[in-house]
Amino acid sequence: MLGFVLRRLAGAIPTIFIVVTLAYFMIRAAPGGPFDLERPLDPLIMENLNAAFNLDKPLWQQYLLYLGNLLQGDFGPSFTRRDFSVADLFAVGLPVSVTLGGLALLLALVVGASLGVLAALRQNKGADYAVVGIATFGITIPNFVVAPILSLLFGVWMGWLPAGGWGTPAHMVLPVVTLALPQIAIIARLTRGATIEALRSNHVRTARAYGLPTRVVVITHTLRAAILPVVSYLGPAAAALLTGSVVVETIFGIPGIGRYFVQGALARDYTLVMGTVVVIAIFVVIFNLLVDIAYALLDPRVRYER
Amino acid sequence: MIKTMLKASAFSIALATALGVTGAPALAQEVVYNRGNDTDPSSLDQHKTSTVAEAHLLRDLYEGLVVYNSEAEVIPGVAESWEVSEDGRVYTFTLRENARWSNGDPVTAGDFVFAFRRIQDPATAAGYANILYPILNAEAINRGDMPKEELGARAIDDRTLEITLENATPYFIELLTHQTGLPLHQASVEEHGDAFTRPGNLVTNGAYTLESFTPNDRIVMRKNENFHDADNVQIDVVNYIPFEERATCVRRFEAGEVQSCSDLPSEQIADLRERLGDQVRIAPYLGTYYLPVKVPKETLGDPRVREAMSMAIDRVFLAEEIWQDTMVPAYSLVPPGTNNYVEDAPQLDYAKTDILDREDQAIALLEEAGIGPGELTVDLRYNTSENNKNTMTAVGEMLRNIGIESTLTEMEGATYFNYLREDGDFDVARAGWIGDYNDPQNFLFLYESDNLGFNYPRWANEEYDRLMQQAETETDLQARAEILAQAERLFLSEVPAIPILFYTSKALVSPQLSGWEDNIMNVHGTRFLSLSN
Amino acid sequence: MQMRIDPAASSDDLAREVADAGAARSLWQDAFIRLRRNKAAVASAIVLAFFAFVAVFGPALAPNPYDEVFPQYVRVPASLEAYPRADSIVPEFESVLARARVDVGEITLDGGTISAPIVTDRGIDPRFVRFVERSDLFTNARIEEVSPDETRAVMVADVKRTYFFFGTDANGRDLFARTMIGVRISLAIGLLASLTALVIGVTYGAVAGFLGGRIDGVMMRFVDILYSLPFIFFVILLVVFFGGNFVLMFLAVGAIEWLDMARIVRGQTISLKRQEFVQAAEALGVKPGGIVRRHIVPNTLGPVVVYLTLLVPKVILLESFLSFLGLGVQEPLTSLGVLISEGAANMQGATWMLIFPAITLIVILFALNFLGDGLRDALDPRDR
Repeated sequence: MLGFVLRRLAGAIPTIFIVVTLAYFMIRAAPGGPFDLERPLDPLIMENLNAAFNLDKPLWQQYLLYLGNLLQGDFGPSFTRRDFSVADLFAVGLPVSVTLGGLALLLALVVGASLGVLAALRQNKGADYAVVGIATFGITIPNFVVAPILSLLFGVWMGWLPAGGWGTPAHMVLPVVTLALPQIAIIARLTRGATIEALRSNHVRTARAYGLPTRVVVITHTLRAAILPVVSYLGPAAAALLTGSVVVETIFGIPGIGRYFVQGALARDYTLVMGTVVVIAIFVVIFNLLVDIAYALLDPRVRYER
Repeated sequence: MIKTMLKASAFSIALATALGVTGAPALAQEVVYNRGNDTDPSSLDQHKTSTVAEAHLLRDLYEGLVVYNSEAEVIPGVAESWEVSEDGRVYTFTLRENARWSNGDPVTAGDFVFAFRRIQDPATAAGYANILYPILNAEAINRGDMPKEELGARAIDDRTLEITLENATPYFIELLTHQTGLPLHQASVEEHGDAFTRPGNLVTNGAYTLESFTPNDRIVMRKNENFHDADNVQIDVVNYIPFEERATCVRRFEAGEVQSCSDLPSEQIADLRERLGDQVRIAPYLGTYYLPVKVPKETLGDPRVREAMSMAIDRVFLAEEIWQDTMVPAYSLVPPGTNNYVEDAPQLDYAKTDILDREDQAIALLEEAGIGPGELTVDLRYNTSENNKNTMTAVGEMLRNIGIESTLTEMEGATYFNYLREDGDFDVARAGWIGDYNDPQNFLFLYESDNLGFNYPRWANEEYDRLMQQAETETDLQARAEILAQAERLFLSEVPAIPILFYTSKALVSPQLSGWEDNIMNVHGTRFLSLSN
Repeated sequence: MQMRIDPAASSDDLAREVADAGAARSLWQDAFIRLRRNKAAVASAIVLAFFAFVAVFGPALAPNPYDEVFPQYVRVPASLEAYPRADSIVPEFESVLARARVDVGEITLDGGTISAPIVTDRGIDPRFVRFVERSDLFTNARIEEVSPDETRAVMVADVKRTYFFFGTDANGRDLFARTMIGVRISLAIGLLASLTALVIGVTYGAVAGFLGGRIDGVMMRFVDILYSLPFIFFVILLVVFFGGNFVLMFLAVGAIEWLDMARIVRGQTISLKRQEFVQAAEALGVKPGGIVRRHIVPNTLGPVVVYLTLLVPKVILLESFLSFLGLGVQEPLTSLGVLISEGAANMQGATWMLIFPAITLIVILFALNFLGDGLRDALDPRDR
């Protein structure tokens, strides 16, 4: 197992290298530059700026420069937030996004999995339809609708929670719930489907035939199998959640890194976008590895040879 | 699960109450003002800034030679008085004795000279260096053709600053209110280099000092005790909160979490006016929204075609229905209320004609130009935004009334502005300009033929260029205003860019906040405000 | 709630099952029969068929064209009654006549006809009717009883009844018609992208999972790489290259969204290939391609269908996010996602702009989900 993990981590290095390279040239192929603003700049000043940020050099040279800096752990300065380096921005934003995403993930897992199992045990009964209905509702409504409604309801009209901002646990409640809702829905549906399947499998049928109580069967036999598709889904979902959500961060005014990707992309803040790409890539690699390990632990039929 | 969640939220509410809603534990007697701002600054180094949001911040941190008061009138700042030479080219400022930096150092003429040289230094790559091009040799220095020591600004002694200009520039004093005219504390900039803007490093001479800066969250400023007018500064702490999403600011305002918003979502204006009454502040603003038409194109190159299009646009409908009265119908390039301009500012001839008559005239003009109904199709291009989309949709509909068909093309921001600047192949686009200083020149210079960065239509008119040139050297304000008006009339007769709307500044201001006066420059220095409970 | 099958239908089914018993029924025939027994799925199929009909014919059947602007009806609330409201007819008539710069006498509104004497020194000009015609409220305007000296006449017009069942948007366009066209665009986008994702994802995942080992490693690394790519740039580039062609755009979205599908299928395949029936098939000498096609893919379809029902809404919402950035559907076309995001911005003050498109989307997605669940149950091979 340890060997497998190490091999995978070593294998991640070329992955990240390819991601960085592809992303770099894609970004640079996009039209417009970091200094194309609504209020145009004087061409002479544009030249000065391009020179200051090395944008006047040939692209391959800029790429090598960037790569060299990256290898030394330097993400470079941000084009649009010039008081900060990209690393500064992540130092502030990443913990916020991870907290927000982690809490949402936790909430989604606990609520979603419970609802899913509940629905599966009561398949085609009222509770099942209720769960499926709620779950569908959860995925259907875009978070840019949910977020302002929650903020209005609990922040403005009832005044129970802050309408926006970040800082205290109270500030986290609404964004975490908003972020978790669609995930709850998806996890509930996946768990339900997988649990129904597992309940029909031979070993569970056998266990039931032996007269084991449903609760025991569910916990010892079904859940293990049922969790597989959820784990599959969770890998990328966790990486995405932990690296922030643009909509939730924008609407609640949260200083996470989720906004940097879109802000950076639209403003052509090359270094900021590249930094985000690298961070996301690292998260994805790690979570995919975790998924594979979880698979091996949960399903003894899966082995990692060689 | 549900039970624990409720407990958790009850706990967090208690905690929030204990800490105060903003989360920053504040001393009871301190007056804290949570101020909504458009976005974070791209920098607190004034030489790297350009936006209105940055101007708000810098206005609180620094004080220039002259400043705007709450009514946007120019009042003495660091300079207590100044003299202008006969030919209008040499300004001599006397600095006030009690001007101090936040670390206690006196503010000297040298600090200004240092800042003015630095902004023109090509190595600084200042985006707005051109604002100060009227200073002697500034442009040449910025171009890298001259050492920065040649700049026409020198410190005669610590309290006397002499600025020499290229040409008499009647709006020069107005210009100095811009953030490019602010001083820098030479010692700390030299010591910290690029890091001089960091909290702890930044030394400022304004009413406030920088306490902290958390990107996308807030900028905290604290009253500067060394400020010469500190006794009259009422608010102790300002939290500048960036709101990319304007609706978010409105919600936090209504929840009592912020005391002012710097912008409003126009789709909510009617509703907000109804609910919040005069907390909604909408004031004329020094800005124009216009539609550049690509002049070098065959059909669009005919001024009659452009005029016909301009005639067919019902600006009142756009302002009232599409923008919900957050814009004002525009019939000229220079907004009303601009200083140093003629009494009877130029306007499109058909400004007062009824729209149906205008449509008839427009159809006749098109016929004259040899274009029958349905023969011309123009592409209306805009950058992503709900209001732009609605505006262009409505404009397309209006053009249809005179037999011009249209298609709509939406582009994402950076691509769009790059496309415009790089002479993209558009038919009709949209653009806006907010004045940097209150002078007609700041609008009319956009269409000088060599101004390739701004002249999206690529309109070239020798007479116009000549008039602008002439205005640059004219020292008599009245005569200069007349020349500029002549240039604008010329512009309006050819409409290479069709002015359709003037901007307004939109704000939400809590009744707790006093001293917020609506003004055309949208300047509201915190030092002039006060907050009651 | 156990499904009750009415006796007639069940005997019918029975008869068919008996008839089919001779020939081996394929998995799909079998699934179809069982799907038909699932009431929720059948109801959903009917709802979807209805929306498919709406998508195709709705815009043509709506009372107003989806792109027509009614300047007098900007942001009017939804109503089953016809506009204009009685109390707005007279003031509007007054204001249009004022634009013609004539003096207006007493206005009489009689049923569907409005009339008013007009006086002008400039002489009655037949062009005056245009001012009335141009208004969205009136039609068939005419000048009657012109006095001999041509200074007096009566302006007569019919009041035009217009229906806005869902209200109008910020430009004064009929939201009902726009919702119809939105259904068309959103369904097209959802189907196109999801099918692309389905085909690529299932094939890729099954092959990777089945082959396993080094090939699997390489294939999944490739997926990881694609996962980590900045999606927005990918789309921006596509727009630049293809000029906002929405079919290509959503083929492209589908080409990105297959990643999850591939991972799920691969995970399933890894489990499946260790199961007895696959090993048995291998022992019997069935070729790998045959095993993947006949044994692996059908057995993964359950979770895939469930995922697919999650993917369609995801694609539809993704589309609205893209339109938000200016990279989606171009005006005057619209989609449910765009309508909802516009509605969310107008939530306070113009609730109808959010409610109607949102309900439409929710109903469609509910139907998709229930149909998906029905399919999942019907396709489960272990439940024969």
